[in-house]
Amino acid sequence: MINLETPKKIRPLIDQAHQVAMNMLRPISRKYDQAEHEYPVELDMLAAMIDGLADSGASEGAGATGVRRDDKPVEAGNKNGANLASVLSIMEMCWGDVGLTLSMPRQGLGNSAIASVANDEQLKKFEGTWAAMAITEPSFGSDSAAITTTAVKDGDEYILNGEKIFVTAGDRADSVVVWATLDKSLGRAAIKSFVVQKGTEGMRVERLEHKLGIRASDTAVIIFDNCRVPAENILGNEEIDVKEGFAGAMATFDNTRPLVAAMAVGCARASLDLTRDVLKNAGIEIDYDKPAYSQSAAAATFLQLEADWEAAYLLTLQSAWMADNRQPNSMEASMAKAKAGRMGSDVTLRCIELAGTLGFSETDLLEKWGRDSKILDIFEGTQQIQQLIVARRILGLSSAELK
Amino acid sequence: MANPVKSVLAAGGKHGLSENERRDPIGLAVIALNKLAQSDVLDRLKIRKTSEQTVFRVTSAGFKTASAAGRAFARAGGAGGGKRVPSAKNTGLFDLTPGEDEQMLVDVVTEFATEVVRPAAAEANEACAAPEDLLKASLEIGLPILGVSEELGGIAAERSAVAGVLVHEALSQGDMGLAVASLASGAVATALSLYGSDAQQSTYLPAFAGDEVPAAALVLAEPTALFDPLTPSTQATRSGNGFVLNGEKSGVVRGAEAELFIIGAELDGKPQLFLVESSTPGITVVSDPSMGVRAAGLTRLVLKDVALEDVALFGDAATYREVVQNSRLAWCALAIGTGQAVLDYVTPYVKERSAFGEPIAHRQSVAFMVANIAIELQGMRLLTYKAASRVAQGKDASREIALARRICAERGMGIGNDGVQLLGGHGFVKEHPVERWYRDLRAIGLMEGAVLV
Repeated sequence: MINLETPKKIRPLIDQAHQVAMNMLRPISRKYDQAEHEYPVELDMLAAMIDGLADSGASEGAGATGVRRDDKPVEAGNKNGANLASVLSIMEMCWGDVGLTLSMPRQGLGNSAIASVANDEQLKKFEGTWAAMAITEPSFGSDSAAITTTAVKDGDEYILNGEKIFVTAGDRADSVVVWATLDKSLGRAAIKSFVVQKGTEGMRVERLEHKLGIRASDTAVIIFDNCRVPAENILGNEEIDVKEGFAGAMATFDNTRPLVAAMAVGCARASLDLTRDVLKNAGIEIDYDKPAYSQSAAAATFLQLEADWEAAYLLTLQSAWMADNRQPNSMEASMAKAKAGRMGSDVTLRCIELAGTLGFSETDLLEKWGRDSKILDIFEGTQQIQQLIVARRILGLSSAELK
Repeated sequence: MANPVKSVLAAGGKHGLSENERRDPIGLAVIALNKLAQSDVLDRLKIRKTSEQTVFRVTSAGFKTASAAGRAFARAGGAGGGKRVPSAKNTGLFDLTPGEDEQMLVDVVTEFATEVVRPAAAEANEACAAPEDLLKASLEIGLPILGVSEELGGIAAERSAVAGVLVHEALSQGDMGLAVASLASGAVATALSLYGSDAQQSTYLPAFAGDEVPAAALVLAEPTALFDPLTPSTQATRSGNGFVLNGEKSGVVRGAEAELFIIGAELDGKPQLFLVESSTPGITVVSDPSMGVRAAGLTRLVLKDVALEDVALFGDAATYREVVQNSRLAWCALAIGTGQAVLDYVTPYVKERSAFGEPIAHRQSVAFMVANIAIELQGMRLLTYKAASRVAQGKDASREIALARRICAERGMGIGNDGVQLLGGHGFVKEHPVERWYRDLRAIGLMEGAVLV
């Protein structure tokens, strides 16, 4: 039966995340925007609290660790599970602060990768780790097949060599999921990911970036210089299966893209919520029944923004719901990410314009959300990459045909 | 206007000219030539058909006739509220899968849309009318009584806004104009089931559940810029026990054939709906062929001292607001169907059409347009489904319907525009249906009334 309300059983989790966002993240939001690279000590306590809640079973799938797809037989009927719970709680947390959410201990995108593709032994081994994700290199961004970081097997170890940039939480995390190629000549199929624990010899954080937004989150450059990693730390199949190609590694994105879409949805809602108040103070109330063009231009604009927001929100829920119900969702995940990414920029920037210098000023947070949102249309696949994925799927074209 | 006697130099006020336009001597000479060209002096020797003027012509704007004589609806029922369907239950789970019954309905309607509606669409667009046999067939699949309570002879066991949306979407995938034509009677029947008093339901609904379903129209729009349906300029005044209506309405589906109207008018400063039988004196139907949804046979109604009995007053101001909202929701569903038709049409086209040695689909500028059509269309669909599920569950859906309408107007038109663009010059000619979908999608966001879920 068609129903697009938030699931009843996830509502307590949403409320809880909202309270955390409001009372923990918002009060320190500006502080760590200005104190870039300073470790938000407040988050350790928060992480401990979330662990406690998880142990008590009160918060099923509150974070990135909740996106694993196991091989359990599909239960009959409609399921609302960890994927929906994850995107809904991430939305609330990012309504609080995107940068701080990205700095939440043990909620890294590397954790999603581990949850998505690790075997049972690895899951146990890396339980409780905080894993960052290292894909991008100075010479490429979206074109993951262009990886130059190498992994060479030597006995029961792999030796990693290369430079990774834009590693979110790369300094603070306990471990990093690193993408490297076993054999450059074999193309995508030879790209594997490795869990490298911090302190491993030959791995060092070179520097931290200064950024447009999400300044609370550390973005690291990491160098691998003859870094030896235990062979059992390779995620997924060790063999190079040319037929399977990139699919294994890329499967991670089906799980992480809805999360990033959820971040954009959360951030944009912060802007909309505040702008609604700002407009109200200026004497403008949004009327949902009166035609948009019979209201003020500001109200009409707000309606358009809110409509686009709602579309992104629902596309995000759809992609998570499909994952919960074991339906292939890679196109829908990209649809959600594409719509949410561009909506995030459009909404947060237009809200600043609507609020005038009030929105532009650092005295409030609208300008910050206008900066924070931009990365969400870039990382985990840019707007253009998402469009490419959707287009190939709709048109039934290969990557050789539609480049 | 400042000067009631218009100078011949002032051109504005007709032919789409702004009041600021002024004629110069050359302009006056040109207009004289134009008049001569149109004068019957030039074709006096030819025989002019007079018969065509006696038939109501929906294809030419401004053609007038009295409203249909219509059947006599036998008064029945007593005072008091009518029967109501219960709200749909809520399982508390997020779900995008239609119910079994809903899916069966969608399958039937989709087949009808594919086999019957789409092939008839181009001709119906030219004729500004839906073919009789198509309308008859639409009765057989139960369209008029879809939203009518089982107790009243319909098929709805509960509030069926979701089923309604799915049906509107599926039909509009065949053709929006024909969808509107075949759903118009159902809009009135649904309103009667949802909001009618016992007397109104007993008097009018049996006809809709029978074999000879009357043409009927839900009439909310008016031909003014920035029209707000909640403040109609059509006036209802009290007269004895009844009412008198005066004003002009637009967007009236099959106005010349309709036997029953639900008309929005202002009474005592509040918007109200009135049930008006077409045989009531004072109703003039004026043909109003428009840019799109032409197969719906759009007309205007000129209401001059239309006298109604007390039983005509339909619901209250809250009913009026709900009808406006749920009608807008139905238009959203129509936008999704037509948007899907565009996507399904351009997808194979851009793969087959070659330029510079390869299919144009291999170019990102083309492929990304298709991707964005798919993305925005799915967003429109989810917003519309969410609003519909809230309506079905008896929850307030003002916000959701407003947002769905906004995005369907904005992105729906965008899809129509991109659809034509993707076909290039071929999109502009009538050999392909995309130009019709472009015209139809412009209706979204400005039409009020006509359809209802």
